[in-house]
Amino acid sequence: MIGADAIVKCLEKEGVTTLFGYPGVAICPFFNSILKSKIKSVLVRSEQNAAHAASGYARVTGKVGVCVATSGPGATNLITGIATAYADSIPLICITGQVDSMLLGSDVFQEADITGAAESFVKYSYLVKDAAEIPRIMKEAFHLASTGRKGPVLIDVPIDIQNHPIQTFKYPESVKLRTYKPTVKGHAVQLKKVGRELAKAKKPLILAGGGVILSDAVSELNDFAHRYGIPVVSTMMGISSMSSDDPLYLGMIGNNGRSYANRAMQESDLLIVTGARIADRAVSSPNLVTNNTVLIHIDVDPAEIGKNVGPTIPIVGDIKHVFADLMKDPVSCDFSSWVGTLSSYRKAEAPRKAPRRSYIDPAKFVEMLSSKLEDDAVYVADVGQNQMWSCGYYVSKSGRFLTSGGMGTMGYSIPAALGAKLGDMKRQVVAVCGDGSFQMAMCELATMVSNDIPVKMIVFNNGYLGLVREYQHNTYNSYSMVELGNTPDLSKIAEAYGIPFVRLKSQAKMEETIDSFLEQKGSGLMECILDPMDTVR
Amino acid sequence: MVRVIQLIVDNTSGVLSRISGLFSRRGYNIESITAGITADPRYTRITIVTSGDENILEQIEKQVGKLIDVRDIRVLDPEDSVYRELVLIKVKVGEEKRQALITVCDVFRSKIIDITKDSMIIELTGTQSKVGAFIELLSDYEILELARTGIAGLRRGSDGVIHLND
Repeated sequence: MIGADAIVKCLEKEGVTTLFGYPGVAICPFFNSILKSKIKSVLVRSEQNAAHAASGYARVTGKVGVCVATSGPGATNLITGIATAYADSIPLICITGQVDSMLLGSDVFQEADITGAAESFVKYSYLVKDAAEIPRIMKEAFHLASTGRKGPVLIDVPIDIQNHPIQTFKYPESVKLRTYKPTVKGHAVQLKKVGRELAKAKKPLILAGGGVILSDAVSELNDFAHRYGIPVVSTMMGISSMSSDDPLYLGMIGNNGRSYANRAMQESDLLIVTGARIADRAVSSPNLVTNNTVLIHIDVDPAEIGKNVGPTIPIVGDIKHVFADLMKDPVSCDFSSWVGTLSSYRKAEAPRKAPRRSYIDPAKFVEMLSSKLEDDAVYVADVGQNQMWSCGYYVSKSGRFLTSGGMGTMGYSIPAALGAKLGDMKRQVVAVCGDGSFQMAMCELATMVSNDIPVKMIVFNNGYLGLVREYQHNTYNSYSMVELGNTPDLSKIAEAYGIPFVRLKSQAKMEETIDSFLEQKGSGLMECILDPMDTVR
Repeated sequence: MVRVIQLIVDNTSGVLSRISGLFSRRGYNIESITAGITADPRYTRITIVTSGDENILEQIEKQVGKLIDVRDIRVLDPEDSVYRELVLIKVKVGEEKRQALITVCDVFRSKIIDITKDSMIIELTGTQSKVGAFIELLSDYEILELARTGIAGLRRGSDGVIHLND
């Protein structure tokens, strides 16, 4: 057995069945060893997309996503994917080949200090210097990636270490990380205070962030909210933690969110923030929100609590456990008049300005598409105006909404959707992107076709990098660098890859087009022609 | 507000860069940083002098505490800790003023560790304020070169000694 065999064996021990990667000389021993394994390795078309695909896979399966690349440019291409996963706390194991350890530091062919370069985007990183350490490192890496606040872990393995013989292979039963012990259970004294505050509150509100979904606490959140009748708003990453038809759910907050959701934040007297960072796009002035408000902040990462706003009651712990424990403490309360007030705000919300009639209204499209999806479907939104429309008008049922929230990485949706589909082939997966983000990732159509990964893709074509154009227009009253000009004929792109194509130009045909698009088997590409001057609101 | 933080970290490759990198990318100040191996060669003790308001200091402790290599983090409270800094000062001094300088050195219990016709190297160990006061006193002379180590510190007494077993 050599080091590369040991890495593969460790992946098997961790239950890995699929990984995404791109080879190069420095990682060849690994890709040779994997021939002997049942692990499916999916060849993507660019390393960045290997990380995004692993991210989509991880988010749908709840397992750790694995991506593998070679040294130098292979590794540096991964960085955007790693940073995207880090910003959204997605558990990934990223394995990179490295030049011979004797040559490290001498600037040889395809050498890059990837552990150094990726340092600020990983939860932890390893440069393996001894093949005998591989089992311990792999065990630790999976543990670190998947516990506490989840995130990517990088393992850089020089080629000589991959080729080095290993006498005996023993996968450790447990990890020995003396100081790394994430808090799971919330502190009992703090939990008691929540009950007391609930009893006093008149206008409580729950803000659900991505942490609710990451800790698999969706049903606990719903149980808790319904038990006490507390309304819920979400961040972008928290979308799909509650069903859209739930009367307690008010939608997304933030500068692109629903005005009544933001108003609820301003008016509430008890704000329960769960698994959210209270970051700038969600809450532009945190101190305004927390004036005269009791703030309870629940997060598994103690460093998030108090970072952007000081809480009244900090609770460090895993949300799933914290909600379950909070339910044990019965409090009698009635917030129906507050819920009533909020629903009157909702009814008063002005509808979005419709685009010119000869174009597709993306808001209506998102609403119709998502309500026609299967209940547990996975909807992957890209970045740009399309993301804002998706966030604003997505109808959630029991499915999952994926997007690059923290980093806002364009080109995320196509690779993440193919990863998500591989994570659960039984679930319907759609990717919705703009013509800009589609062109960043369309090389992955080949990955889909070659590996029989049927994903439905929708491209909002407005010929512009619309969100930037909108920003420039609002800031400078002019724009530059945002005209996409000659967007290729997408029907021919689809034809080149052998993917069925449909172009939607008329609002009147929207329903029948969506129906037949979703009905047809296999992949599909739909192009929606949008008003080039359409705006988010 | 200035605060002295003591870290015990695993002696892994790159650990110092992980810690200093965290400070620089999050915009925390490092007034001084010293690192050296502990009695157990698997661990390194790092003493960082940092500054900021109460919120920033709290964030520093939390963010540094999150680093996997960090075994222990604690604040060295001036009330129950000792700090020392070593400084080497090369002063331009000829024969005529040499004796006066030696007198000053004696008062501060500093050592003269090198002497040439026209210069002297003085070694002084002490708290930062003592070092500062000494340098201030030398303002009558021309300081040619100066090397400060930054402070190292320990808590007083045997309470709170960190025992790392595994």
